[in-house]
Amino acid sequence: MIDPLDAVAAVGRGTIGAVRSTGAVALFGATGLSHLLRPPFYGRMFLLAFIEFSYFSLPVVALTAVFSGAVIALQSYTGFSRFGAESAIAGIVVLSVVRELGPVLAGLMVAGRVGAAMAAELGTMRVTDQIDALGTLSTNPMKYLVAPRLLAGVIAVPLLVAVADVLGVAGGFLVSTVKLGFNPSGYLTSTFNILTTTDVVAGLVKAAAFGFLIALMGCYHGYNSKGGAQGVGAATTSAVVAASILILAFDYVLTELFFAR
Amino acid sequence: MSDPKIRIRGLTKAFGDKTVLDGIDLDVEAGTSMVVIGGSGSGKSVLLKCILGLIEPDAGSIAIDGRDVLRLPRQEREQVNARIGMLFQAGALFDSLTVWENVAFGLLAQHKANRFEARGRAGAILAQVGLDPSVGDLSPAELSGGMQKRVGLARAIAAQPEILFFDEPTTGLDPIMGAVIDGLIVDCVKRLGSTAIAITHDMASATRIGDRAAMLFRGKLVWQGPAAELLDSGNPLVDQFTHGRREGPIQMELRR
Ligand SMILES: Nc1ncnc2c1ncn2[C@@H]1O[C@H](COP(=O)(O)OP(=O)(O)OP(=O)(O)O)[C@@H](O)[C@H]1O
Ligand SMILES: [Mg+2]
Repeated sequence: MIDPLDAVAAVGRGTIGAVRSTGAVALFGATGLSHLLRPPFYGRMFLLAFIEFSYFSLPVVALTAVFSGAVIALQSYTGFSRFGAESAIAGIVVLSVVRELGPVLAGLMVAGRVGAAMAAELGTMRVTDQIDALGTLSTNPMKYLVAPRLLAGVIAVPLLVAVADVLGVAGGFLVSTVKLGFNPSGYLTSTFNILTTTDVVAGLVKAAAFGFLIALMGCYHGYNSKGGAQGVGAATTSAVVAASILILAFDYVLTELFFAR
Repeated sequence: MSDPKIRIRGLTKAFGDKTVLDGIDLDVEAGTSMVVIGGSGSGKSVLLKCILGLIEPDAGSIAIDGRDVLRLPRQEREQVNARIGMLFQAGALFDSLTVWENVAFGLLAQHKANRFEARGRAGAILAQVGLDPSVGDLSPAELSGGMQKRVGLARAIAAQPEILFFDEPTTGLDPIMGAVIDGLIVDCVKRLGSTAIAITHDMASATRIGDRAAMLFRGKLVWQGPAAELLDSGNPLVDQFTHGRREGPIQMELRR
């Protein structure tokens, strides 16, 4: 027979565990950030992480953006043409790309690419004693490995999202003009008329937050991984899953902050 | 008598219900080398990691130059660690860097050299451990196991630390290279005046490297004495171990 108190206990244990790991992650992130304020700074490590985040993520993010812009144009056309509201399409494309799809899809793609790679790299360094070795060579591993990656995430992902925004709008523009027969200059005019600074800023702030979360999850899970190849695999999975969920959750919170009045 | 360089008292560490170190007392005098022997899984590597602060012991004290390092604030602790060089059992080379960058890592981190000088010095240290300086441009993954060990050794001694830890420095090397490495370790201790703790399973190497020796068994140091007496210590545990006998007080136990 199942004791109902067991269930209560399980919920309690789960809650305590969640609170404890949230605290651990927050402490880890705060420690990492605090190292950005005190020298030495590792510019090379930052640059490597930055290039990994931005340049090497560009192809996958660009493709995602173009296709999502295109598909929104197509979907809203099939829906809105029933009410004769085709003129709204330019606005729908640009607003959904800049406010939501740009940051969220780029964030999810980068989490899968860079977050996973970070967790695997740091995890391997952990289980092969490389992180311990740093400490014996006058190098603080949090400062050398974690801080530059956090900074790179915060700076690189907004740049990536800016590119994704442009390409997403371009995808919608292509479908609307080539396939749906819109007037190109009219489409562009309504695109720019509807877009406000707040939309752009909100999208980029989201991107910076997502970049931080991706780097934080990649570093945290990698840094604390244990138990050989299997542990590194588990750390990688956790990093991607946690980053993806956090991106979606923070997307809601930030949208609430910026747009809900 | 002056304080020993490293003084360990009552060091205890358990993982779960498995007690690995059970009240270790060990003194290492400045400028001498201590060899620690003991069965596989007896906690030798854990002992070194405790001294380095990589594993937090459950009880006991570790004093370096008379200061209890377990109770130091983090920054001072880092300063102490900067004076310790360690060769890890599995090398722990940074695989994202080249061999010479590995060797020069500590020099660069401590700003003891710029990149150009560091590169030259790395080449010289590689030559000391019997590697051609051109190896410096390879990545650690391109080296054989024994070569990786020597690069790890080169990295540990590069910044000429006051204290050196060697976790099985000669395992995986051919006998001649093993003797060369032993000579190098002795040289570091004698010429630089470093204090060393070396873990080894190789009795020839132990008597060459060590001034003193200690044996770890079931979490305790069961014997300490001059390294020269390892082979005829009169202690039945040490005798069986150093002569590699199957029969004796040490029975093979299933480790958990
Ligand atoms: N991080 C850890 N977590 C849990 N148990 C550990 C950890 N590190 C070491 N142990 C356990 O401590 C014991 C001693 O390990 P240690 O690595 O010190 O052995 P050793 O004496 O160096 O052996 P070897 O000669 O094989 O290297 C082993 O039983 C090991 O399982
Ligand atoms: Mg060991």
